[in-house]
Amino acid sequence: MSGLLQQLFNGLVSGSFYALLALGLSVIFGMLGVVNFAHGAFYMLGAFGAFVALDSVGLSWWLALLVVPILLGVLGMVLERAFVHRLMHLFPLYNFLLTFGIALILQDLLRMKYGVTSQPYARPSMLDGAVNLGLFTYPKYQVFVFVFSIALSALVWLVLTRTRVGMIVRASTERAELTQSLGVDVRRWVTPVFGFGIALAGLAGVLAAPMRAVNSSMGADLIIVIFAVVVIGGLGSVLGSVAAGYIVGMLTELGNFYIPSLSQILVFVLMALVLLLRPAGLFGREEGAHA
Amino acid sequence: MATKLTKAGALAATLTLGAVIAGCSGAGGPQAEDGGGISDDAIKLGVITDLSSVYSDLAGPNAVEAVKMAVDDFKAEHGDDVVTQNIEVTEADHQNKPEIANTTAREMYDRDGVDAIFDVPTSSAALAVANIAKQAQKMYFNIGAATTELTGAQCNAYTYHYAYNTYMLANGTGKAVTEQGAKNWYMIYPDYAFGQDMKKSFTAAIEGAGGSVVKADPTPFPNDNFSTFMTKAPTLSPKPDVMGTMQAGGDLVNVVNQYNEFGLRDKGVELAVGLMFSTDIASIGVDKLAGTLYTTPWFWNLDDRSREWADRFKERTGTRPTFDHAANYSAAMQYLEAIQRGGTDDADAIRKELDGHTFDDFFARNAEFRAEDHAVSHDAYLARVKEESDVEEDFDFTEKVDTIPADEAYMDPADSGCEMG
Repeated sequence: MSGLLQQLFNGLVSGSFYALLALGLSVIFGMLGVVNFAHGAFYMLGAFGAFVALDSVGLSWWLALLVVPILLGVLGMVLERAFVHRLMHLFPLYNFLLTFGIALILQDLLRMKYGVTSQPYARPSMLDGAVNLGLFTYPKYQVFVFVFSIALSALVWLVLTRTRVGMIVRASTERAELTQSLGVDVRRWVTPVFGFGIALAGLAGVLAAPMRAVNSSMGADLIIVIFAVVVIGGLGSVLGSVAAGYIVGMLTELGNFYIPSLSQILVFVLMALVLLLRPAGLFGREEGAHA
Repeated sequence: MATKLTKAGALAATLTLGAVIAGCSGAGGPQAEDGGGISDDAIKLGVITDLSSVYSDLAGPNAVEAVKMAVDDFKAEHGDDVVTQNIEVTEADHQNKPEIANTTAREMYDRDGVDAIFDVPTSSAALAVANIAKQAQKMYFNIGAATTELTGAQCNAYTYHYAYNTYMLANGTGKAVTEQGAKNWYMIYPDYAFGQDMKKSFTAAIEGAGGSVVKADPTPFPNDNFSTFMTKAPTLSPKPDVMGTMQAGGDLVNVVNQYNEFGLRDKGVELAVGLMFSTDIASIGVDKLAGTLYTTPWFWNLDDRSREWADRFKERTGTRPTFDHAANYSAAMQYLEAIQRGGTDDADAIRKELDGHTFDDFFARNAEFRAEDHAVSHDAYLARVKEESDVEEDFDFTEKVDTIPADEAYMDPADSGCEMG
């Protein structure tokens, strides 16, 4: 029994990354209608940012956790103003291709500079060791990742539901024209929301640096699963993408445990089932999905 | 105006045609004679390797550089007596894809007049090139791939396999670790050709040494999350003494990081790594790997001879060589020396020159170009990753535990399943 619980907890930890990435992707899609293929690349940049910050200026992981996402958020806003914005009135495929291109460029730039082998990154010493969770002991760092991502997701949720800014963003997501006609300048919020989504991806990257291989392809390997997570949760649904992130994490772990050779396809089987039975996703609403 | 252009065009076409005809007869001439001499008046070495993706650091551009270094050293060594001054090295990226390796090898042999192909990491691509070498009847020295098939069921007269294979890795690490008392193994392997081959070789070696494989789990590839396997390992029955990982590159980094995260060593499960390059140790960090046993055909500071070469390599490239780089140099050198001895680059003459040839260089000790299966056998080393405090300079990661003599490191040719024909 504790074995099963431990597997589920493994799933919650890996799901934390899925959740943070899917959350950013979902917020961007909701507000801009842009499927951001470069999301994985920004996750990778987050991990590299932590590595470079430590390696060149000795910035600790804790500070990187704050600084790197902010810098990437700013970079995201610049990209939004410079490129994404110009294609928004066109068919969504154009922005999909644009962000795909951005992802390839970022990946190759990093590869030129650092090669393909992974960069070493040490865990912050405060999070070394293991903690006793009652039924089993678990690496402290991974417990931190889980708690941190839950807290952050909850915070984003609170901001979206309890604050004025959140209300504007949600209203613009669901009924952009109506919100506009009520006197809210929707366009003003597009750029910051894009930057925020990118910052979340970068944050996930910083979190990943001490426990995952930091290399130029780390984001590309992940992005397809993240898309599946977003589809399962419901495109544009904030709660849905977070919940689906954890669900997919646990599903993959159970797959690894019982039938390792099939674990990779389980997430896509789930996606296919969701699309068949609830095309708008587990938490999506038909009309909301097309904001 | 129009007539002028046409005239000019006709003239150009005629000249081009003339040049082509002249070129063809020129190139065809010497080759057709009796198989002696140097074809095209040049020796052409082609390096097919991964120039852009996962193996480009452990092989890649520096493998090409190693072959060029061999050419320079060869010319310097023989001075005016050198068989030809005209030695070219060309390179191509196969992106680890068999179909690209296939086309590239064909182009090199048929169009570019390449006499021998080197490196070719990734087993599936390596086997594809072996097939082309057989058809083209041109030389091929595989270095970067690990599959025993190259010198087994899919062996051929023009293909030699240099450096290492899964049998060597398994009979080094699998056997040694089992004999040291780790009888029960839990194995995880990436679910593709290399991983499956490794699992097979390791299982045979472990069982041969009196151990047993409690469980072997295939893992997704690529994969960044191994926590399931880390939590599963100590709960298996009987409890494994050691976890054998067959992952490579970025996946290996993830495995080792997470092995440490989950504190498996404290739970009595040791770690054994199937295949590891010095570039892997650099990216994981010595502190996380200290004490880990693995098998390698060579490492750069094995002894003074190796270090001397590695220093020269570093002058050219700015970095320390992996065993793949060293083996590319050694193979190119052996090939050129064979041409020097025989006075010809004709493939059939070269393979006769090489078959049964024994040698000893900075890379390969007690080495032999085995005629039976075309494995280039030599000593390998059981090695241990140093403690962080013992590391004296960059890439100084490895200490030798034991020498694995050539006849133990390589399969008995009688068992290889190779029919040279």
